[in-house]
Amino acid sequence: MRGILLRGGRILDPSQKMDETADLLIEKGKITAIGKDLHEARSRKRGDKTIEPIILEIQGKIVSPGLIDMHTHLREPGFEYKETIETGSRAAAAGGFTAVACMPNTNPINDNHSVTEYILRKARACGLVRVYPIAAISQGSKGKVLAEMGDLRDAGAVGFSDDGKPVMNSMLMRRALEYAASFSMPVISHCEDFTLSQGGLMNESFVSTELGLRGIPNAAEDIMVMRDIALAEYTGTAVHIAHVSTAGSVRFIRDAKDRGVKVTAETAPHYFTLTDEALRAYDTNVKVNPPLRSQHDVEALKAGLRDGTIDAIASDHAPHASTDKDVEFEYAASGMVGLETSLGLSLKLVEEGVLSLHDLILKMSTNPAAILKIHGGSLKTGSAADITVIDPAREWTVEVKAFRSKSRNSPFQGRRLKGRAVLTIVGGEIKHREDG
Amino acid sequence: MRLSSKDILGMKNLSVEEIELILETAESFMEISTREIKKVPTLRGKTVINLFFEPSTRTRTSFEIAAKRLSADAVNISSTTSSAVKGETLIDTARNLEAMNPDIIVIRHSCSGAPQMLAGLVKQSIINAGDGAHEHPTQALLDMLTIRQKKGRITGLKVAIIGDIAHSRVARSNIYGLTKMGASVIVAGPSIMMPRDIAGMGVVVHHHMKEAVKNADIIMMLRIQLERQEMNMFPSLREYANYYCLNRESLKWAKDDVLVMHPGPINRGVEIASDIADGPSSVILDQVTNGVAVRMALLYLLAGGES
Repeated sequence: MRGILLRGGRILDPSQKMDETADLLIEKGKITAIGKDLHEARSRKRGDKTIEPIILEIQGKIVSPGLIDMHTHLREPGFEYKETIETGSRAAAAGGFTAVACMPNTNPINDNHSVTEYILRKARACGLVRVYPIAAISQGSKGKVLAEMGDLRDAGAVGFSDDGKPVMNSMLMRRALEYAASFSMPVISHCEDFTLSQGGLMNESFVSTELGLRGIPNAAEDIMVMRDIALAEYTGTAVHIAHVSTAGSVRFIRDAKDRGVKVTAETAPHYFTLTDEALRAYDTNVKVNPPLRSQHDVEALKAGLRDGTIDAIASDHAPHASTDKDVEFEYAASGMVGLETSLGLSLKLVEEGVLSLHDLILKMSTNPAAILKIHGGSLKTGSAADITVIDPAREWTVEVKAFRSKSRNSPFQGRRLKGRAVLTIVGGEIKHREDG
Repeated sequence: MRLSSKDILGMKNLSVEEIELILETAESFMEISTREIKKVPTLRGKTVINLFFEPSTRTRTSFEIAAKRLSADAVNISSTTSSAVKGETLIDTARNLEAMNPDIIVIRHSCSGAPQMLAGLVKQSIINAGDGAHEHPTQALLDMLTIRQKKGRITGLKVAIIGDIAHSRVARSNIYGLTKMGASVIVAGPSIMMPRDIAGMGVVVHHHMKEAVKNADIIMMLRIQLERQEMNMFPSLREYANYYCLNRESLKWAKDDVLVMHPGPINRGVEIASDIADGPSSVILDQVTNGVAVRMALLYLLAGGES
């Protein structure tokens, strides 16, 4: 296999606080060198006998550790009409992700080792991006009995979540945190007090009042974030809060971090890009759970991203077919696709001055790797060559028809974005290349 | 003057001029319903489909009579006879109806936004006959017609809307319409029944009957739905009636010439006492009569008629 030399890019690696213009050499699937004029130096050393690496001129582009989407729905097994591991992986690679963590709300639910193994086998077979299964906290994600966490870990699951459903039973959540911790596994909590949110279709606000859609109050999320923080603090375990959408959550997480509680958090691009005003036309593509909130919440999320309260940006890529979405708002499935727009929308934060590029990469690569305790998120020599090359100047228009994902449920159709991944390299192999 | 949109989806999108046009047109149609032969040929050859996904007697009948008095052909489809029970989507139902070339589709649906969805999908005119807790524009228009007939104006009147505002499309449409026409609107009921930030719609919120109806020109009572009790919207009908039933006692606080309105069907003894519903202040049956005229006006205007 020929190596790859990425020449003249801006190497940005939060894991080693590196930000310099240099060459990066990939050999045998690993990063073997970073430095100035690598090619010339190596040619001189080895003469003409070595196999020349493929040289890619990437001046003006950013070389980032491979982006990791820690919250994705790949829908397989069970909902292959929405997405498959293969189409989802293609979407991930096209969006600049070298790895994704996939949520367990498949059919059957990923609550046992055979489903985990099935996902891993399928992912290996398509050989695109790294797929890390998140397994269910409870059997059938029913919130009653713990899943076999040890067995699931041994099968290759990297974390636990009943995503899509809250763990309403506080005792079960306590047990999950304690038991998962004994296997050094993260628990990802979908924070939603179902007794408050039940039947809700959107953020409870003036907009929901005008639209006559039943609201989901911020408190439904805030209460569960507080509960999970209390449980993590009491038991001394770690908890990761999924898709933070409210100002309250940001505040509680910030306070908890200040006290030393092992809490981490993610939010998704749509939560800092859109508000509930986007629902005015009853567009089912903006029906998500948790719901799009107010401008006040958007500002709080940005502040939380800026000061480090929110550790990660994850897409919550939730593909749905038109049959799930082209129905009355109340009957429509929740969720939007995100893998192919996540980076472009997040780069807007850099343009707005909310995040530095360094911090953006931290939240889309280094931190997700650390939270999930998976490798990646680093360009250190010797590590696997999972690399995303980003062209920050590339302007493009979101075109859902061009998505690699099987689904088209994005409200960002037609939106102009600046910056996108032009090269996605996994284990030293180019998995996606954006021409032009 | 014509209506600016092909559809009537809600009061929010109607201008003051359009509301006046509709009310004036309705006035001119009132007389037809009092004739011996209650039929004019105005919409002969036009087809109106009443697509009702929610049970309704009053509104559906009113639309049907309105269409027939204008000589349009009216076809009624109710949820029990529709394809919905066979699992057909609203979009497919709409496309199939569209293929039969009707002129106007009247839709009632339990989901807020369903008429909007339909309007964007088919070329026919859509009239919203009530969608979820969103809007019920024809009800608001017939209420406004009734107020105008009895009071001669809407501007400057004090209107109290009382009951379950959170779940009421009648309240929302009336708030949009009445505030646009210059009335001041008070909404009242238990705090549980007030939707979030309702004051943003330009209304004053009260939780006590006395404050709400004090000096009111119009009192609109809303129907209390028993099943809301299970959602803890109120502890019991008995307690609700104790505090929010419009009776002889509470009516005293209003102006002497107050009009009592109700979109129906009424729960006697719950939100309104029988003697009030049947009393001299009540215009509940005038509302029903006016409903036919308002719907005739809308069918006429949407079918291309001018004032």
